[in-house]
Amino acid sequence: MADLESFRGEVRTWLEAHAPASLRGRPGDLFHGTWGGRRARFESDDHRRWLELMVERGWTAPTWPTEYGGGGLSRQENAILQKELRRLRLPPPLIGFGLVMIGPTLLEYGTEEQKREHLPPITRGEIRWCQGYSEPGSGSDLASLQMSATRNGDGFVLNGQKIWTSYADESDWIFCLVRTDPSAKKQAGISFVLVDMADPGVTTRPIKLISGASPFCEVFFDDVHAHARNVVGGENNGWTVAKALLRHERTMVGEVFARSVVGGEQELLQLARTAIGPSEGRLDDALLRDRIAQSAMDERAFMLTVQRIQDAAKAGQPPGTESSILKVYGTEHNQRRRELAVAIAGADALGWEGAGYAPEHLALTRDWLRSRGNTIEGGTSEIQLNIIAKHVLGLPDGGAR
Amino acid sequence: MKLALDDDQRLIKDSAATLWKGRGAVARLRQLRDTRDPDGFSRALWAELAELGWLGLPFPEDVGGAGLGVTELCLVLEEAGRTLAPEPMLATTLLAGSALLLGESDAARSSWLPRLAAGELVGTLAWQERARRDEPVSCTAVARSLGDGRVTLHGSKREVIAGAQADLVIVAAKDEASGQLGLYAVPGDAAGLVKTPLIRVDSFPCARLDLDGVEVSAAARLGGAGLLATVLDRAGVGLAAEALGAMTAAFELTLEWLRERRQFGVPIGSFQALQHRAARLYIDIELCRSVVMAAARTADAPAAPAAALAQAASLALARTTDTFLRVVDEAVQMHGGVGMTDEHDIGFYLKRARVVAATFGDAAWHRDRWARLAGY
Repeated sequence: MADLESFRGEVRTWLEAHAPASLRGRPGDLFHGTWGGRRARFESDDHRRWLELMVERGWTAPTWPTEYGGGGLSRQENAILQKELRRLRLPPPLIGFGLVMIGPTLLEYGTEEQKREHLPPITRGEIRWCQGYSEPGSGSDLASLQMSATRNGDGFVLNGQKIWTSYADESDWIFCLVRTDPSAKKQAGISFVLVDMADPGVTTRPIKLISGASPFCEVFFDDVHAHARNVVGGENNGWTVAKALLRHERTMVGEVFARSVVGGEQELLQLARTAIGPSEGRLDDALLRDRIAQSAMDERAFMLTVQRIQDAAKAGQPPGTESSILKVYGTEHNQRRRELAVAIAGADALGWEGAGYAPEHLALTRDWLRSRGNTIEGGTSEIQLNIIAKHVLGLPDGGAR
Repeated sequence: MKLALDDDQRLIKDSAATLWKGRGAVARLRQLRDTRDPDGFSRALWAELAELGWLGLPFPEDVGGAGLGVTELCLVLEEAGRTLAPEPMLATTLLAGSALLLGESDAARSSWLPRLAAGELVGTLAWQERARRDEPVSCTAVARSLGDGRVTLHGSKREVIAGAQADLVIVAAKDEASGQLGLYAVPGDAAGLVKTPLIRVDSFPCARLDLDGVEVSAAARLGGAGLLATVLDRAGVGLAAEALGAMTAAFELTLEWLRERRQFGVPIGSFQALQHRAARLYIDIELCRSVVMAAARTADAPAAPAAALAQAASLALARTTDTFLRVVDEAVQMHGGVGMTDEHDIGFYLKRARVVAATFGDAAWHRDRWARLAGY
């Protein structure tokens, strides 16, 4: 305990001395911050300096072992570090799928060689990763994927296509599920392979969404050579690795939504007060009051559930089944909230672009459109409900997918 | 605020689960109903609850309590709710008990609380007069001054939980001269108090009370409108915990049925149309658990302002009443034919959900209160 307190003191002193003043009071989240990579962009010089300082301490990946560029912190020490970062409302020095997806997966399933090759560049923000799972013919039925990996000398030749790959056009390496044994039962013939996207034969194309944004890409593989040493978890064992990573992703997505929904009540109220105005001290629309209160109470119930899951983990209780609900509920709540926002704004939320509409109203409309994808990406709500029904509630498998 | 149980709390919850399961679960309520039991609950079990210290869980030790909180009591109420136990714990410990505990009359506190904790007495609160869903507290009953603090109470109250069995009734009445609301502790056998049992849909004990000049002393006045609001919020949290237990049990009954019942040669639980509905109920029940735990801890937080408890209680009640109704509707539907029969237990949960939803204001009323508290 005394050790932890002296650690807290040390962290606080160091942060007070080193954290750039311009970044204090500007917290980011898992999707807003410095992504790093070969083509890294920094919002400011202080963002670059903040990354360099934290890399030196290993605090871009605080709990990873120091030999792989991490900070070697215990869970309790990391909790203290995160708390101190929040206290100064500092952004994370580095974000990305390397830190939250492939890194933890390599720590669990990677060989010593793989860890030494791939983890340090992630912690230093030098390599940006993306996830190649879905294919045009394999969405919810992910295990039916067809991208082929044919044995050739010291590795494989990859041919096929991935789709819905987040930020592939800005990434350096991709972790892919590929079919190494077409004759095996579908889950059994899959391998998990790492590919450098600078290698010949890899091309990417952004997909424009209904919101106008292009966070997803298609990735094409045309006779791409992959080394055998870049297969993670063993040949034809990729499904096990993939599932572990997906579980990680779903919890992460739920927590991201938990953070992004905070403050929904005030945002909706501000819109409503502008659009409708008060009467006798209350918002002059009883139906709208009810909808805003419902949304606010949904948000609060969701946040309390996130907290309950975290508190149970902190108390050392075995992880319960509750986290399976975060993805479904968090995304659906976000959709209802975005719907309500554009409904309140009325005609002001009908603009697409241009000077005829206020920028904040244009953003509302884009956010609403973007939110429609929340219940599809990262595993559809329907797939999540299948998982809850079978694995949490123990209902019999009837072959229905 | 920590939303996890410690070892002692886990022990209380486990003992409560064992106790009610061992007493015949819903079959006990059915028997009390079918035999038209005049008490409507088990006196023997009541004595056991007192023996375990559960009737005084949130009372301090100087009045015979366990010195714990609403959080611990809610664990017991949740387990009671699973088997639809009709013992008037909520009325005695959270309604009457909170009014005495937080009220301003030391005489009433020290004379009544030890006997409530010891299980010698059943207590309750009479606050409702009208049927309106949008106005859980209605009060036209009056307190007429006789001088030197003594008053006579006049009026009628309905839906008084365990009103016919109560040895102590806390009555809400307005001072005839000032119009100020007050809470008065009235002995159950007071002259001028007429108790008429009501047979309600959930088979839990309940009564109408008529007060025709019931005389009480100055020491019987416990507090005013602020006290009543806090008492109702504490009891609301308790009712939400009970509802959480009841909906969980109704859901588990349904899951068992989905696994066992076969049609078209397979268990009906293998049908995706039913699986997804069950999964959605599970999500909503888990959210209920979070808001109930948070509300109980807010009730126990020493520095929490009344408005914080009000918001937490409204959140817990709005969510649990809505979800309880939805769970039981779905449970009856998924049970199919047997779900329509009196013989099956699931109908008891449906009936209880209706009463719970109309006890401290429905979900829409609590959403409106949330909005008012948040300034819109």
